[in-house]
Amino acid sequence: MQGNSTGGPADSRLPGAASGGATAEAVGEAEAVSKTFGETRALIDVSLKVVSGECHGLVGRNGAGKSTLVTLLTGLARPDRGSIRLGGQPAPSLADRGAWLAKVACVYQKSMVVPPLTVAENVFLNRPTNGEHSPFVNWRRMRSRAHDVMLEWGFDVDVDQGAERLTVEQRQIVEIARALSIGARFLILDEPTASLEKAAVERLFERVKRLRDGGVGILYISHHLEEIYEICDRVSVLRDGELVLSGRVEDINQANLVASMIGSAPPRRATEIEAVRKTGKPGERRLEVSHLSVQSRSGSVDDVSLDVRAGECLGLLGLEGSGSSTVADAVVGLIRHAAGTVVVNGKAVPPGKVDAVLHLGVGYVPQDRHARGFAPQLGVGENLTLTILERISRALGLVSFDQRDRNAQEQAKKLQIVARSLDQPVASLSGGNQQKVVVGRALAPDPSVLVVVNPTVGVDVASKEALLDAVGRARDEGMAVLLVSDDFEDLRICTRLLVMVRGRIAGEFDRPPWDRQRLIAAVEGLEPAGMVKDVDG
Amino acid sequence: MAETTAERPAPPAGSAVGRRDWRLIVLNWFRELTLVPVIIVLMIAGAIVNPVFFTTSNLINVAQGGADLGMVVVAESLILLTGKFDISLQGTFGLAALLGAWLVAPKLSSGLGTEWSPWVGLLVVLGVGLIVGSFNGFLVIKANFNAFIFTLAMSILLTGLQLGWLGGQTVYNLPEAFIYLGAESWFGVPVAVWVTVATFMVAALFLRYHRIGRAMYAIGGNLEAARAAGIKVDRIRIGVFMVASVLAAVGGLMQAGRVTAVTAGQGSNLIFGVFAAAVIGGISLEGGRGRMIGALTGVILLSLVTNILTLSNISSTWIDAVDGAIILIALGLARLIGTERV
Repeated sequence: MQGNSTGGPADSRLPGAASGGATAEAVGEAEAVSKTFGETRALIDVSLKVVSGECHGLVGRNGAGKSTLVTLLTGLARPDRGSIRLGGQPAPSLADRGAWLAKVACVYQKSMVVPPLTVAENVFLNRPTNGEHSPFVNWRRMRSRAHDVMLEWGFDVDVDQGAERLTVEQRQIVEIARALSIGARFLILDEPTASLEKAAVERLFERVKRLRDGGVGILYISHHLEEIYEICDRVSVLRDGELVLSGRVEDINQANLVASMIGSAPPRRATEIEAVRKTGKPGERRLEVSHLSVQSRSGSVDDVSLDVRAGECLGLLGLEGSGSSTVADAVVGLIRHAAGTVVVNGKAVPPGKVDAVLHLGVGYVPQDRHARGFAPQLGVGENLTLTILERISRALGLVSFDQRDRNAQEQAKKLQIVARSLDQPVASLSGGNQQKVVVGRALAPDPSVLVVVNPTVGVDVASKEALLDAVGRARDEGMAVLLVSDDFEDLRICTRLLVMVRGRIAGEFDRPPWDRQRLIAAVEGLEPAGMVKDVDG
Repeated sequence: MAETTAERPAPPAGSAVGRRDWRLIVLNWFRELTLVPVIIVLMIAGAIVNPVFFTTSNLINVAQGGADLGMVVVAESLILLTGKFDISLQGTFGLAALLGAWLVAPKLSSGLGTEWSPWVGLLVVLGVGLIVGSFNGFLVIKANFNAFIFTLAMSILLTGLQLGWLGGQTVYNLPEAFIYLGAESWFGVPVAVWVTVATFMVAALFLRYHRIGRAMYAIGGNLEAARAAGIKVDRIRIGVFMVASVLAAVGGLMQAGRVTAVTAGQGSNLIFGVFAAAVIGGISLEGGRGRMIGALTGVILLSLVTNILTLSNISSTWIDAVDGAIILIALGLARLIGTERV
């Protein structure tokens, strides 16, 4: 999704499957697979082999092709070229789901557990428990067999428990147990630690080691590189659909790993991201967040404090699940925070009340434009002015169409929105223009604080520039901007950066231009304990 | 994600976006008036079926029958536009009128015997609407009850109260002021018809020109987007429930005036016709789409069908089946001509 480095010489390229474990058998392998979606080449000639008794790490930035590789390995899509082999045999046809499930299982970030059923039912979901051809459920056998699976692998989950009361960790266990009980010996764990606490992560590692020792082959996908070093035997790196590095973990040092993830040719042709020159002194404090804590499924926040001044753009950088977007949601009142205060222009914001927060002078560009950004059936003009309905209405609350059109046209011009008319429904615009409408809507009330989350996800290059320029201009005019993003290209308009890892502020960068290497290391949680501090001395 | 650009040749970036697109406006009106040809066909059919159809008195009959239905259709459409619905409007339609009538009618005609001023009775009717609407709105929006099952239960409860309260008796002998709305005429046209037409117009203008009206479309189109734009979505949605129930209560008052009595069964099964009229009139069940003019054509169509079936020689036991079939055909037509209305 994020267009970062395009092409570039694959310097440290190695053939992926060349040096697998000599004695162990391969449980899953991709042989020179390629996959293209429309004009996007998601995977190019990638070979990868996971052998039994091995934990194989797979890393890469967003959009590098990791998820595409997983869909090929789990039989959800067919490669355009190349082949997939499971357990040493050619992969079954896509239609034969049962055969795939018996060989490979992927535990996704999104839980595939059915909440109203018990753990035992989830383990034996859609499988006979009373003999091969009997349609009836044999509860006693199902329970005892589920119990046996748990016992065999040392999992500590009560099989009679309702699945809706399980923790994230326990749900993962149920999914793993399901795969193992079918007989799969190739497990793919897709960012398994994203929403786990520290202690749960430790227990997960224990389980992974136990699985590995039991002869299971694991493909371990993670953004957190320190985890790769902790539990993986081998690691492979994908970048822009190509396998750029593969080898034993002990042979690859962190700097090399990071370098191969980023590649040599970021769009701005430098390892340093071009950044704004500091514009004068920052003005008064507009947004103050102190000791904010929030529980959230999309990433909890633990004791975060920050402030943003007029004319400043603070970048809050973090991976999905790091809690960075949760901070934004809490600031604008979309979710209630458990502890801490948020102060806008000297006034404490009431938790959980979006309209009240926006009335204090906050503009908001939500993370997901389809979910929160616009009313698809309404026109460009109406969507652009939804935030200023009060300002553009006259006596009795009647909307002045003339004012609406003038305001909308002004925003459309600033953001270079391309539409046939102000009446054109936003649903029929391209992604880039839709996003411009969302940003225009946030800028329309001329807020004193602007909170922006991932403003350039899924938009074309020209729109990206237009969007960042618009936010940058707003900052120059004295707006205080909080930019939450995991796309480094967005950072060019920032004057200061904070990095979030696992719900906490893990680093601060106070002096543009930013060093891409160091940023990635910080974001991926590679820096040793303690704060990364990079402040003017 | 489908991020591919599928735009027709548009003005180059940088040039101002035009305000109006007349083609779009014409298209929207065309879609809004989908049912007009159907209505014309029905009128021709009516004239063929029975010469009585085109007499003034019959057409006024049609209008009067459609008036109380129309009030509830306006009410339901407002709720549908904000993405919810309310089945209990039919219960309010019956119970509000019954309680009002009970307090003003003499004991001999099943009243309580208090014989309160009819004006107080009217306030009671509106008050019942307001109370039921607030209750529904608060529990569906704030307490997050499922609108379908909650208002269904409310509907059963209200209808049950209506039946149980007076043991199934009919309240009649109502004072003049109480039945004025349903029984009197201005310039030869029943007051109820004037009021319903005016209600449609006010609702249409409100939805088009008032900021809360526009906010309702945004809420129905994408609730979370409206919330993130700072619109007070809960307050507006609860308000809509309240207004809708009051309108339904007024509709019930119209019917009470027309038949100069309130029966224990007033309002039963009304809601199906209400949904049918709103939906074939282009109000989307998903919320955010549809206009009052479309809903009005839906009401006209349904009232015509009922009238023509009554005038025809179709046996009364078959009327419901034919009624249902015609609604299905109208739905199909509306679907064919286009669902993308704003």
